[in-house]
Amino acid sequence: MTPAIEVRGLSYRYEDGFEALRGVDFRLDHGESIALLGPNGSGKTTFVLHLNGLLNGAGSIEIGGLLMSRANLAAIRRKVGIVFQDSEAQLFMPTVIEDVAFGPRHQGLSPAEAADRAMHALATVGMAESAERAPYHLSAGEKKRVAIAGILVMEPEILILDEPTTFLDPPAQRALTALLAGLPQAKIVVTHDVRLARALCSRAVFFQNGIIVAAGDVEQIVARFDWDIA
Amino acid sequence: MHHVVLDEWSRRSSALHRFDPRAKFIVLVVFLVVVATTQRALASLSAALLLLLLACFAIAQIPLAAALRRAALVLPFIAAFAAACWFAGDPDRALALALKSYLSALAVLLLMATTPLPQLLAGLESLLLPRFLLTVAQFLYRYLFVISEEAQHMRIASLARAPRRRGSGMRRGLKEAGGALAVLFARSHARAEEIHRAMLARGFAGHFQTLTRRRFTGLDALVVATASLAVILLRLGAEGLAK
Repeated sequence: MTPAIEVRGLSYRYEDGFEALRGVDFRLDHGESIALLGPNGSGKTTFVLHLNGLLNGAGSIEIGGLLMSRANLAAIRRKVGIVFQDSEAQLFMPTVIEDVAFGPRHQGLSPAEAADRAMHALATVGMAESAERAPYHLSAGEKKRVAIAGILVMEPEILILDEPTTFLDPPAQRALTALLAGLPQAKIVVTHDVRLARALCSRAVFFQNGIIVAAGDVEQIVARFDWDIA
Repeated sequence: MHHVVLDEWSRRSSALHRFDPRAKFIVLVVFLVVVATTQRALASLSAALLLLLLACFAIAQIPLAAALRRAALVLPFIAAFAAACWFAGDPDRALALALKSYLSALAVLLLMATTPLPQLLAGLESLLLPRFLLTVAQFLYRYLFVISEEAQHMRIASLARAPRRRGSGMRRGLKEAGGALAVLFARSHARAEEIHRAMLARGFAGHFQTLTRRRFTGLDALVVATASLAVILLRLGAEGLAK
């Protein structure tokens, strides 16, 4: 069976010369969830930006059997949804409902269908009541939920979550973890939050200096790199 | 935050809030043209129009004093021109300039305070205003708050490290403000890039698809006709009385 994601020899150098990725090999199976652990600046975010075609490094990326290329970009972006670390950047429309409907509208759905799907996605994350509110009136936890709804509404097969619990207070972190654990999609979770990794993922990979240096059970990786807070 | 207050006003519900944004915009344009082209009987016309505007604010349930104060924000900008007229020996003209500007600002404020900006921009788009300009306005509106928050964070951070020094002159102040502005610009640029990525990730291909389109109803047409006529008749009446 073709894997959900298969990456071979991915390298990327930023314009300022910094070599962020140096030959990454990675595989994600359907329905599987993997945590991406590793120090700041080790290439985790740069790596996930490639999976949606937002960065274009050397190497090969296949998403559900589709080779990453300009021709496949639209189809790949339908399969892979990224929830960015800073919700502020993701919620760019004037109201919550318009923001969530942004994806479906740009997939070619009619306004009525898009609004329908958006309301459904908002209900999934428990934010249906806030549909008409402006994003800047929301709390950090609410913004994150709306950002997730904006991705879920596109019905992706794979969810990428970049530091989803940053900026959230402990109750909001718990609520978000429970919400994410209930979603059926395959997930790639970039995080420093070991508790979140344990709750969502069975496997973890460890990034260091732009390559994956280890892969295995979450517990195994956490122990090997002494990655727990306590 | 200034624009947050305006945003809150614009989301209240009153008869004025419910009219189509395009209807309100057309009436505003008529109002502005009538005010701008008035030569005679300006004082009595201004009084009548001011009463009309105040009545509208009252119907829209917007605090009058706060609205009057906000509209006064334009006055410093036209003060220079009014002063120039005054010193050139034309005090009437100076006064007319101030009156017209204030009334115009109040009328624009009424539109803004009774129409959520997204709806207003969507309405303007269907009146064939350039889409690009409206998109810029929409983003400006959305991120004004974020950028001003960033500026406040930077100010607090700088105060925390360097509490106000005694005798730090205007020159140093300007220098620091310049530096802060450069950083703010760089941050805004970085944020713009993030936003663009988030848009691309959700299928944006250079063309905004929005959610709602309003229908311009017969009632809206009636509003345009009566309100425009009222403004024009007020002017004709004021000029007739002055003869």
